[in-house]
Amino acid sequence: MSKHYIIGVFGDEEPLLEAVKEVRASGTRIHEVYTPFPVHGLDDLLGYKRSRLPKAAFLFGCLGFILSITMQAWMLGIDWPMNIGGKPPLAWPDFVPVSFELTVLITALGMVGTYLVVCDFIPGNEAKIPDLRVTSHKFCIAIEREGTNAAAVTALLNRLGAEEVHEKELEL
Amino acid sequence: MYESPIRRPLITGETSYAKITEDIAQTVEGKPTKWWYLGFTVSAAALGLWFLTVGYLLFTGVGVWGLNKTVDWGWDITNFVWWVGIGHAGTLISAILLLFRQKWRTAVNRSAEAMTIFAVICAGSYPLLHAGRPWVIYWVFPLPNTYGSLWANFNSPLLWDVFAISTYLTVSIVFWYVGLIPDLATIRDRASGLRRKIYSFFSFGWNGSAKAWQRFESVSLILAGLATPLVLSVHSIVSMDFATSVVPGWHTTIFPPYFVAGAVFSGFAMVLTLIIIMRKAMRLEQYITINHIDVMNKIILVTGSIVGSAYITEFFIAWYSAVPYERYAFINRAFGPYWWAYWAMMTCNVITPQLFWSQKLRRNITAVFIISIFVNIGMWFERFVIIVTSLHRDYLPSSWVMYSPSWVEIGMFIGSQGLFFTLFFLFAKFAPVIAMAEVKSVAKSSASQYIKKTAEKEGVDLKELNPQVVVPQLMDQYE
Repeated sequence: MSKHYIIGVFGDEEPLLEAVKEVRASGTRIHEVYTPFPVHGLDDLLGYKRSRLPKAAFLFGCLGFILSITMQAWMLGIDWPMNIGGKPPLAWPDFVPVSFELTVLITALGMVGTYLVVCDFIPGNEAKIPDLRVTSHKFCIAIEREGTNAAAVTALLNRLGAEEVHEKELEL
Repeated sequence: MYESPIRRPLITGETSYAKITEDIAQTVEGKPTKWWYLGFTVSAAALGLWFLTVGYLLFTGVGVWGLNKTVDWGWDITNFVWWVGIGHAGTLISAILLLFRQKWRTAVNRSAEAMTIFAVICAGSYPLLHAGRPWVIYWVFPLPNTYGSLWANFNSPLLWDVFAISTYLTVSIVFWYVGLIPDLATIRDRASGLRRKIYSFFSFGWNGSAKAWQRFESVSLILAGLATPLVLSVHSIVSMDFATSVVPGWHTTIFPPYFVAGAVFSGFAMVLTLIIIMRKAMRLEQYITINHIDVMNKIILVTGSIVGSAYITEFFIAWYSAVPYERYAFINRAFGPYWWAYWAMMTCNVITPQLFWSQKLRRNITAVFIISIFVNIGMWFERFVIIVTSLHRDYLPSSWVMYSPSWVEIGMFIGSQGLFFTLFFLFAKFAPVIAMAEVKSVAKSSASQYIKKTAEKEGVDLKELNPQVVVPQLMDQYE
């Protein structure tokens, strides 16, 4: 659903960080900030909580480890135990390499899958982007127009060093 | 962002975010140079040879190789181990160096990772074809079957290898693609028409939002943490294919670390061979500087020295073990009928990397290119020596034989180079070969232009401290 946004375009990350701090201090809610590369400290300034993806990764890792170890133990120890030179069929040290590989595999695939789904990055998706230059060299702050004093916000962004301030109707 | 003015710059000359995009995107957007067409044609011809020899092999059977009853692993497994080894540098650069926060990684990680993926694809083709009937290769996986279900044997290092290589390939592709998404989006947002549609599909709707970047960083860090032990495990497991056997010359506990060091050694050599050509052909000298090549040479020096001491240790332990078969295997390697392979290996792997103690040579592009080729050759001979010389004279002298490859094996080796380089040329044309977003994130702290500013502010005399920043020509004085 498209809405009206006030887009402040910045040319560098230092004025952007300063602007994010000031805009939030003025009580205006920032919808989202768009940058061409990860700007450190930006998520803290925006008040974003830490990502829960590491926890998801840990759970996928546990799943992978349990699956792989039970698979090997069941196949070689229970379903079809073999007598190889009288050695025990449940030779667990032999299970270490495959368990490790499968744990890594399931963690990586599970975590990356989760990341793509929560970010809504699916092959073929249209990008919800405020300005085509944000993937190259510009930094944008998007503020929802509804419920804000548009003139005041525009003036504030201009004062904080925005190169351009637009008002656009788009889907973000 | 503060960076000590004493650091050598990673981006030379004038730069800006827009210029970084412009310079790197031109490799995708512009018409390929005639060098690209030439290289692509030669590689595609070699790939044709690969299809020809593999087709002949599949129709006739693995008997067309020069293998015999005594030497049942020859060029096929040599090439497999060689290619897997080459595939180790990419993940080392992108994962281990990310954990160590090495900024120079940003300029070379993309192409090194691509190289890893293509090298592992080449590697995987060998055991696949060696197994004889690739159409039933799914038998290696533990799938329910009508034989009772008779499961795959998890006690066997050969099966561990199946899991190690396929996991490594999958995780490398995932890691590489996660990093590629933002850069594909950059190309998308500069393009129109069909190109925009294609890059839009492959960039998954990336929007560069702060939340996306936060998640991206968290995913990259964890993938790096996963890939680091993974990359060490892969060649360790490959080495166990040999080390768990009872063949003299293979049955040694030194193999896993020795193989891993050798893999990193050969991988960096291949990365250097490729990027020295690439930076010239694609005009990327500003981003892949002589400083990048210098640090990679230092890694070659370290891993080359580890490999060299492993060779000597191996020899010493063979003598110290007092096992006559073990002693014979090593004396036969150095002075037997395959002495030339052994000494080619010793020269290329032990002596040539030691030249990198000299800074002059580390920063001389021609010298680096030649040495990197020598290392590639030496590491191929290492695998040949380990495999063939250990096998060709076994416990029973009546079965001692010599082995030489047939034209099919030679054709497949040349063909696999074709496969590798064709994939690499296609990658270089259709994807940004340098991670744009990552280079931008270190630009402020590592570009000579910004280092100069810091020095001015602090009143440091850069001419004395770091002349390369002030006089860019110094960067090229050895080129």
